Amino acid sequence: MITLSCPWCGPRNVTEFAYGGESGARPDPATATPQPWRRYLYTNANPAGPVTETWLHRAGCRRYLVVERDTTTNEILAIRRPGGAPSTSARHATTGRATEQRP
Amino acid sequence: MTAATTPGAATRLDPQPGEVIDRTDRFAFTWNGVEHHAYRGDTITSALAAAGVRVFSRSFKYSRPRGILTASYLDPGCTVQVDDEPNVRGSHRRIAPGQAVTAQNVWPSLDRDVKMANQAVGRFLTAGFYYKTFIKPQRLWPTYQRVLQRFAAGGTAPDTAPDRLRYDKRYAHPDVLVAGGGPAGMKAAVAAAKHGAKVLLVEEEHELGGHLRYGDTGDLDRLALLRAEVAASDVEVLTDAVVAGRYDGNLFAVVERSAPGLTERLTKVRAGVAIVAAGLIERPYVVEGNDLPGVLLSTAVRRLINLHAVKPGNRAVVLTANPQGDAAIADLQRAGVQVWAEDARAGGDIVRILGRGGVVGVEVGDGRKVPCDLVVTATGWTATTSLLNMAGDRPVYEPRIARFLPSQLPDDVLVTGGLAGDDDLDELLDHARAAGELAAERATEPGSVRGAALPVRPIVDACLPALPLHDHPAMFRGPTHGFVDFSEDVGSKDLAAAVAEGYDSSELAKRYTTATMGPSQGKLETVNAVAAVAEATGITIGQAGTTTWRPPYAPITLGALAGRNFEPVRVSPMQPWHEVHGAAPLVAGAWIRPDHYGDPAAEVRAVRDEVGIIDVTPIGKLDLQGPDVPNLLELLYVNKWQKLDVGRVRYGVMCAEDGVVLDDGVTGRLGPDHYLMSTTSSGAAGIWEWIENWLQTERPGWDVHVTPVTTAYASMNLAGPRSRDVLAPLTDVDLSADAFGYMHVRTGTIAAVEDCVLWRIGFTGELSYELHVPAGYGLHVWETLLAAGADHGIRAFGVEAQRTLRLEKGHLIVGQDTDGLTKAGSAGLGGLVKLDKPNFVGKPELVWQQEVGVTSTLVALQPVDPTEVPPEASQIVVAGRTVGRITSSRRSPTLGRGVCLGQVPPDLAAPGTHVTVRLPDGRDIVAVVQQHLAHVDPEGARLRG
Repeated sequence: MITLSCPWCGPRNVTEFAYGGESGARPDPATATPQPWRRYLYTNANPAGPVTETWLHRAGCRRYLVVERDTTTNEILAIRRPGGAPSTSARHATTGRATEQRP
Repeated sequence: MTAATTPGAATRLDPQPGEVIDRTDRFAFTWNGVEHHAYRGDTITSALAAAGVRVFSRSFKYSRPRGILTASYLDPGCTVQVDDEPNVRGSHRRIAPGQAVTAQNVWPSLDRDVKMANQAVGRFLTAGFYYKTFIKPQRLWPTYQRVLQRFAAGGTAPDTAPDRLRYDKRYAHPDVLVAGGGPAGMKAAVAAAKHGAKVLLVEEEHELGGHLRYGDTGDLDRLALLRAEVAASDVEVLTDAVVAGRYDGNLFAVVERSAPGLTERLTKVRAGVAIVAAGLIERPYVVEGNDLPGVLLSTAVRRLINLHAVKPGNRAVVLTANPQGDAAIADLQRAGVQVWAEDARAGGDIVRILGRGGVVGVEVGDGRKVPCDLVVTATGWTATTSLLNMAGDRPVYEPRIARFLPSQLPDDVLVTGGLAGDDDLDELLDHARAAGELAAERATEPGSVRGAALPVRPIVDACLPALPLHDHPAMFRGPTHGFVDFSEDVGSKDLAAAVAEGYDSSELAKRYTTATMGPSQGKLETVNAVAAVAEATGITIGQAGTTTWRPPYAPITLGALAGRNFEPVRVSPMQPWHEVHGAAPLVAGAWIRPDHYGDPAAEVRAVRDEVGIIDVTPIGKLDLQGPDVPNLLELLYVNKWQKLDVGRVRYGVMCAEDGVVLDDGVTGRLGPDHYLMSTTSSGAAGIWEWIENWLQTERPGWDVHVTPVTTAYASMNLAGPRSRDVLAPLTDVDLSADAFGYMHVRTGTIAAVEDCVLWRIGFTGELSYELHVPAGYGLHVWETLLAAGADHGIRAFGVEAQRTLRLEKGHLIVGQDTDGLTKAGSAGLGGLVKLDKPNFVGKPELVWQQEVGVTSTLVALQPVDPTEVPPEASQIVVAGRTVGRITSSRRSPTLGRGVCLGQVPPDLAAPGTHVTVRLPDGRDIVAVVQQHLAHVDPEGARLRG
């Protein structure tokens, strides 16, 4: 069981989080055609290596998080608020300094 | 007398300086029905060994008699049944007064065992026996299964869990976890604690001390000092507990086998740094007859003599290759045992061990036969690297010491004690102290390793001085073949045969022979198995490598994994009333709801004719506030929301991004920036997350605050033509049709309870008021309404009646009349979807669905035969091919006939179409598609009255 360092709550068991899948850019619904739209809906790159994912801290602060994770090592490369700049690196988030860097 | 008991062969010795038995507390227990006596502190096998019992089980495959080998948790032949508890490790578990201990895996008895015949046909049971024997013909597989089950080891589990069993779980977050409470583990734990770390020390035996416990008086003095240091520290100590596994993020599973008041407890330990001081396990010697009762490891005889004051035999042959063996000789001599010593360092060896059912002699290296009743071997050690492997280590075989050494570890795992090197006690304790201090530094310093994923690196970088290594002869097998795996009855000959058949790597030979796959899980036999494979293939042990160690290191009961029986349920504030009034419970997710109160048809008629009341508290309720709420509703619902006036309620449907119907409900506008949204009961949690997802990830600039208020309100629906008459005298809200019309919302006081929300909606198809009352007053309002309604014929109704009522009215239930592929156009909702809205979730797919045309649509159906009620999920068929299905069906008390909703293809959707419905029993019936989804009151006159 890995830990994820929530930018709001600090390092917590991954069982507190809900996995939201790979983050993909949402096509503009006004102009989307079926093929790219369904690629957005149904296909994942599923890489062996760094991947950007959405997680929800369901049993904690209930914030949605963007997590960059290496699927081969489970190393957390970055965790940040959706849409924002990286708020903290995993390395720093494990020291308890995360609370000072709340976005 | 039989071979199982040899009176006088072993007896209780005079008090020993390190003994753990309390001679003032002697009590009786039974072994296979015969009464014996034990002292407090005895293990099951030490008490029986003191009474002269030598045989404790029959082996798995050949049914050979087996006795004590290790006198520890690992003892492969000492698994017994204690009362109704099977598979108890008899050389670890301490016996308690009055217990009934029986042998298991014996048939019909320990002394006379039918399966002993297998030994005579042993040539059929060699390597790969399962794969070769039970393949063909396939029709005999059930027979094979019955035969093999007779052979399977194991005791008898009770049919139901005994009440005395108590399991629990716990989480711990120490800075430093120390696995192993021998001298190194104790010293490391104390050093880490002195360095300011919070320390958890876990020891598998009943006391701290490791090999010092059964050592000489010098060892006991050192042990007393170490125990005093631990006692004076803040270290939390768990004994009779084992670190069973290491997982990502330095998470460890610790099983406590005797936590206070509990059968077992599983502690999940998230450690900053772990120190593995698991020590060494003595390795059996592979030679003919090495499994006979009376063949013991040197550590086993030291345990029996020094911990339990048991004399293990009268005449012993000892094969020794190390100081532990030499110490065993001294212990035996002190206990009055005649000893014949074969010193392997001086060329001594044993060729075979003689006997049937028990040791009677040994053929030693020079060919002489030495009579004896006890054989002791001290031929080397297995490094307990299990936890290290789980941390990424790949141990390397060091021929000089004939065992594996750790090679690479992450920064959050350290190793000390016998695993790291050899054990002059002072050097070992210095190393352990340094390990403890380093662990404390790493775990507590800012920017530490805690919680981070770390690469493994060579252990030479680990900042700890290397311990010296003491040369040890490489002794695995004598001149003859013997057993390698005592649990699975696999011999060195079997491994050689497996290699000859082409299974020439350790991993292959292991799976083919099942060596290391029994209850010992490789802890006793892995290195001997690897040595046998290496010998047969002509490579070195280092080249052969070990098999992979996986969690768990030690067995964990299913009870410990399950923990406490903990299944929370949710009930509404009105539950006490329901229970008193005979509600049949309906389990709906975590909720317990009244399904009905005895007569659902009468409940339906009460709502249609007079008035009824239902508890709808589980309906999801979200309080939405902020200026951007209309934008949110416009985005998530398929219909339009910008023009909802204060005091109005509207029905809405949500679709997912793929256009599939996700949820439905009504949302009312309570104030300019204040809305109350309802969701389906099952969707309550998911829709909250769905809304937060859109707000947090896609529309972070919107000013909306969402508060879940599902259980802040008790909700009830008062439905029926007389509902207004019941409610009007109890509320300050004007209920007249002009003042409070259909699809409006009001706030006010009900039964003197303020801040209630009333919406006039009609899932049941009747005039009805849905009342949301502050939860603490739910029961009061409910009872007041029932009392007030008594003159009007009020009746409480349950979920079953509500489902029938809504089906009569043709209202769909998301997930019942739709499934994971039903887009809005197929749910009879095409008219609700406003594709002219600029943007809403699911719009692209719904546009395309409209362009392509629906493939299925929701219609109301009635069987031609009014007595038929086709079960839900009955298939709608055309020429034998399934084209649709019945999604909901009930007998309608209002119409006196069966009514249905169903999914049909568009060419069958026209009103009046006759469709064929295939019932589960195979009969076909005819049903007619109706004009409207509503079977009852399609014009809605009753609703709007």
